Amino acid sequence: MSAAAIKPKRVLPGFTLSLGTTLLYVALIILIPVIALILKGAEIGPAQFWAIVTSNRTLSALRVTVSAAALATLFNAFYGLLMAWVLTRYEFPGKRILDALMDVPFALPTAVAGISLTALYSANGWFGAPLSGAGIEIVYSLAGVTLAMAFTSTPFVVRAIQPVLEDLDPALEQAAMTLGASPWQIFRRVVLPAILPAWLSGSTVAFARSLGEFGAVVFIAGNLPGKTEIAALLAYIRLEEYDYQGAAAIALVLLGFALVLLILSNWMQFRAARHLEARA
Amino acid sequence: MSISIENMTKSFGGTAVLRGIDLTVESGELVALLGPSGSGKTTLLKIIAGLEWPNSGGLQVNGQDWLGLAAQARRIGFVFQHYALFPHMTVRDNIAFGLTVRPRAERPGKAVIAAKVDELLHFLQIGHLGERYPAQLSGGQRQRVALGRALAIEPTVLLLDEPFGALDAAVRRDLRAWLRRVHEETGSTTIFVTHDQEEAFELADRVVVMGEGKIEQIGNADQIHDHPASPFVARFMGATVELPVMLHAGRAEASGLDASRLPRRALPDGAATLFLRPADITPIADPSGRWEVSRCTSNGAILRLELSDGSQTIPVDLPRRAPEAKGLEQGTRVLLRPEAAAIFPGPRAAQMQAQPIEFPRKEKSL
Repeated sequence: MSAAAIKPKRVLPGFTLSLGTTLLYVALIILIPVIALILKGAEIGPAQFWAIVTSNRTLSALRVTVSAAALATLFNAFYGLLMAWVLTRYEFPGKRILDALMDVPFALPTAVAGISLTALYSANGWFGAPLSGAGIEIVYSLAGVTLAMAFTSTPFVVRAIQPVLEDLDPALEQAAMTLGASPWQIFRRVVLPAILPAWLSGSTVAFARSLGEFGAVVFIAGNLPGKTEIAALLAYIRLEEYDYQGAAAIALVLLGFALVLLILSNWMQFRAARHLEARA
Repeated sequence: MSISIENMTKSFGGTAVLRGIDLTVESGELVALLGPSGSGKTTLLKIIAGLEWPNSGGLQVNGQDWLGLAAQARRIGFVFQHYALFPHMTVRDNIAFGLTVRPRAERPGKAVIAAKVDELLHFLQIGHLGERYPAQLSGGQRQRVALGRALAIEPTVLLLDEPFGALDAAVRRDLRAWLRRVHEETGSTTIFVTHDQEEAFELADRVVVMGEGKIEQIGNADQIHDHPASPFVARFMGATVELPVMLHAGRAEASGLDASRLPRRALPDGAATLFLRPADITPIADPSGRWEVSRCTSNGAILRLELSDGSQTIPVDLPRRAPEAKGLEQGTRVLLRPEAAAIFPGPRAAQMQAQPIEFPRKEKSL
């Protein structure tokens, strides 16, 4: 007697089809280009790769990119936290409009952002004129690059923290209050640990985005080689010069940065959320 | 620490939640605030804790005005309905929290805090759970940790919001006896909020019944059970049968009603309403009785009847082996003989306000 094994029916139909489509898409749009890039880079050979990456122009482009992105992320980490706090904790007229405005950097073509920032901060712009009177030059400087990066990556931090803050049980803060904690202690010991994973991952993604920002930056940066030229632009210039290997090498370095950041972000989230997963 | 509350009012938006509360709780007393949801009991508890502020009224604890004090300065132990344990801290750190946030000058040393936590873990019978995180605990264990965290600061007043609301029935019973012991051993003044009568009466020295932002009655189980102060309390205590009667010389009269078991009441003649519990009504078989048994079911011990007089249907419970139960079946005509009842002057319509709201059972999962 052989009984046929019972095949359990899935509750949701279409598993094979939907997973198949997704995997195909991931392969076409993400994996294959990345692999092609890596293969292109591999053609160069380690010695030449090293030579391209450590050339003065590449190094300074990377330095400009990383330091501007770091500054922009630092600014956004705090500004984004503040913004998320304001949007979740207080009620005020126009709150919904402000909330919607947070998405403008997502929706706006980055070139438009770059052009308007340049117009505002150039020596005869609304903000640029008084600033340049005070001796501060934004456009065609590292500050301008940072500004453009900060503008386009703000929503990553705000939108990462906001839902976590909204879900935070107010009873936790009330409990801390009845136990005698000061407002700062409540923030530091109750609220911050709760939002830390989201804050870190939001900031990391904002950093990764800033590293690759192109459209907004090229207009305001002035793109002086060695001074305000960013890595993504340099890769583009190499491509224009038919120097595919040079472009691929720079692109690979940026890709490496992004991957390391994503792994770091996931690892931090995992560590910070460990106690929530753990079951006896 | 005696607590005295005077003429306290509170409204949220346009809705009055507390409409003039006067209450005094003696030092060392264990008091329950009992009422349906929406009665304002939790709001009152939160005002005592300093987590809400009244619109008017006074709150004094040991003669000190507490409305001028922030929650942090009141030194109360508050146990939240869903415990509100800090999820990223171990049980030990949760319990120690109140001690570790003290200003540096008053903060006990690390060793002192550790010893205090050990003592509490032992006292709460959760000594083996110190290093776990709240997500790894059962509901009953979380409740103990929440209480431990509140007790660590040696509170002047212990406040508990629906302390057993989210627990299984068996765990509830256990924790109830245990909480009573904790209260006695710590000697603190304790107030807890509940919608469960059994819990309130079993645990508290005094029960404060609240309805729609007012105190309806204060007393112990027997007082409130036998002498409800208002139709609201009568209904809340399970007197779901309401019969219109006429009062003559302090005795209720109505057709089909044998009021001989009810004592005379010093109430004026006229229309009144009788409030009865289904278990306090004995049906007496009588061929000319006004009521007819329209349904009859048994659970083995209790016979559950539905009696109808054509316009009103009332439930009646009586022991299946009671002599009166013999021969009762669908279609039998009966008289009603209330064994105990509350009576309030005025026709039924006059008592319709302040209807206790039926509330769904609390979810037990967490």
